Amino acid sequence: MDAFWTILAASLTAVSCGLLGCYLVLRKMAMVGDAISHSILPGIFFAFWLSGGRNTLAMLIGAGLLGLLTTFLIEFFHKKAQIQSDAVIGITFTSLFALGVVLITAFAEQVDLDQDCVLYGEIAYVPLDLWLSESGLNLGPRVVWIMGSILVLIVLGIGIAYKELFLTTFDPPFAAALGFSVTLWHYVLMGAVSLTTVAAFESVGAILVVALMIVPPATAYLLTFDFRRMLFLSAFIGVMVSFSGYYLAKWLDGSIAGAMATMSGLFFVLAMLFSPIRGVLPIFKPKE
Amino acid sequence: MNLVESFASFFSFADVNVRYVTLGSVLLGMSSALVGVFAFLRKKSLVGDVVAHSVLLGVCLAFIISGTKHPLALTLGASITGWLSMYCVDLVKNYTPIKEDTAIGLVLSVFFGIGILLLTSIQHSGNAAQAGLDNFIFGKAAALVGSDVYFFALIAVGLMLSVAFFFKEFTLISFDTNFAKAIGFPVRRLELLLTTLTVLAVVTGIQAVGVVLMAAMLITPAATARFWTDNLKIMLFLAMGIGALASVSGAFVSFAQPNMPTGPWIVLIASFFALSSFLFAPRKGILAKMFIQIRNKRQFADENVLKSLYQLGENGKDFLCERTMREILGRRDFDTKALKSSLQRLCRQGYLKKTSEGWQFTTEGFEKGKRITKLHRLWELYLTEILRLAPDHVHDDAETMEHIITPELEKRLEERLKFPTVDPHNTEIPK
Repeated sequence: MDAFWTILAASLTAVSCGLLGCYLVLRKMAMVGDAISHSILPGIFFAFWLSGGRNTLAMLIGAGLLGLLTTFLIEFFHKKAQIQSDAVIGITFTSLFALGVVLITAFAEQVDLDQDCVLYGEIAYVPLDLWLSESGLNLGPRVVWIMGSILVLIVLGIGIAYKELFLTTFDPPFAAALGFSVTLWHYVLMGAVSLTTVAAFESVGAILVVALMIVPPATAYLLTFDFRRMLFLSAFIGVMVSFSGYYLAKWLDGSIAGAMATMSGLFFVLAMLFSPIRGVLPIFKPKE
Repeated sequence: MNLVESFASFFSFADVNVRYVTLGSVLLGMSSALVGVFAFLRKKSLVGDVVAHSVLLGVCLAFIISGTKHPLALTLGASITGWLSMYCVDLVKNYTPIKEDTAIGLVLSVFFGIGILLLTSIQHSGNAAQAGLDNFIFGKAAALVGSDVYFFALIAVGLMLSVAFFFKEFTLISFDTNFAKAIGFPVRRLELLLTTLTVLAVVTGIQAVGVVLMAAMLITPAATARFWTDNLKIMLFLAMGIGALASVSGAFVSFAQPNMPTGPWIVLIASFFALSSFLFAPRKGILAKMFIQIRNKRQFADENVLKSLYQLGENGKDFLCERTMREILGRRDFDTKALKSSLQRLCRQGYLKKTSEGWQFTTEGFEKGKRITKLHRLWELYLTEILRLAPDHVHDDAETMEHIITPELEKRLEERLKFPTVDPHNTEIPK
């Protein structure tokens, strides 16, 4: 049963991240996603501090705000101070992460939160953290419920605003000409990335969130030219990564998060070599 | 211990630990800032991040293979995977349609994931010798010992000598790779060398500040220095200075407050320098730029007032007549408040005189108003005569150009247009 819950939680996280990641990869904002996953640390701290514990809602709000702040700071210094975007991303997320670590250390007595949990989480504990109803009914692990709700929100969001997100991703000037606010959708997407990251950080940690956001979409990108198919493919790859990662971790007796990142890397290498449309190996190259 | 006492006892360096931590951090801060400048200039700031994340894998592999935690073995392993990760980024970037940012995120997260998998696997295997491997994730700046410092010093000196020796070559490949290729520099080998230096700096630095913050040690000082100078040599020294200063301050904070982590404080202080420079640096800072914008806007507004006053006098040839604000506003639609402050400024600068009825040109003001009007009409004529634009399309452009054209350009324009007397709208061009 533990295996089932862990793989379910991992799959829900992987699918949520993969769907959002498709947009990040195509918008050339993969590293902004990476930056957000690190810089939400002060937000998590404030949520812990103000709510006095692991209050999921407070953490979502805190991290969401920090994610938007990160996006804003990156844009602001890139545009106003004309710093190249790679440098401004690096400076922003390291500053906020350092601030988060310092705050957590300074208030270590009030805040029970440690760095390595933030960085690489421990999904193996998922089945232990159960959500019990008032009457004591066992509703299953808490993380599964949180990630499930996040996934439902993301799928609904993409379903409702598919056209807007599609247009602002592929052709921002055209989208703007049609009257869609490119900035608004940019921030909506970044808000969603922050929420997903913080919801996932407890179980899988910041690094795996990045792996799940970037690697399955990049793999799917090598396998299809159709955006809708890319979304489905990266969700599917996310589930495969969760399954295979879980058993790899069992076999090596190591971190499940690390094993999932490893498997996603393996799938990417396979796609890079053998993809029928974009593979590297010449025998798989389409005929001219 | 109060602040002054801890300050005195810290900077006396009597405590051997203080000496090691400070010296180690400073060496690290300087050497990473040094290679960071080149990474920054080559727009490869996040390369440090990739290398930092792939170090763990090398450390674990080296531990598994050698069975020891000898710093040389671990550093070698770390350097190899660090180096390999950069190669992988290039591979993905060159052989697939995937863009650089995605390639970077992909490689760093996968390498780090494999590293974590191995590390946890080693930890669970019950091998007692593994304790301390995770220093490569979080850093241990506050626990640096003598042997670490000697090692850092060796690396730092090596880096500085290499940069000094290959200064010209590195400069060239940072600014103009194509030119470097054209004049026969071994660009690929030089890039390889620069990559190796970066890997070395990251591999040593990471033991002090940890994976996540290593990127900051490379680029934050470089980006800060860039705001103060356009000279590469000065930038290098400045970046090294900033790196050293942030390191000393960080070491001091964790000395005065022993529970405070050194690495994050070093990064926070460096970030503070960066933020202050982004905002307040002369010429390049955000405030300086805003100030220049305001100054230009004022200059445009003032010149427009003088132009309007000149045009008011054109009908009756009574240029030196006094004019009220209402008359000026009748000629051109100014914002009333902006007009008032423009008029006051022009009085102070001696272009206008305030009279009981309104405002009046001084001789200088008259000449300037005349010149702006002349430039406006000259430019309109240039656009219609030479560039063949329709006469009703030239006004807006002339509104901007009249404030920018220099006396030399003015002379050339007049010559080119053969000293014209009327503009496309048949109004007179003043002499």
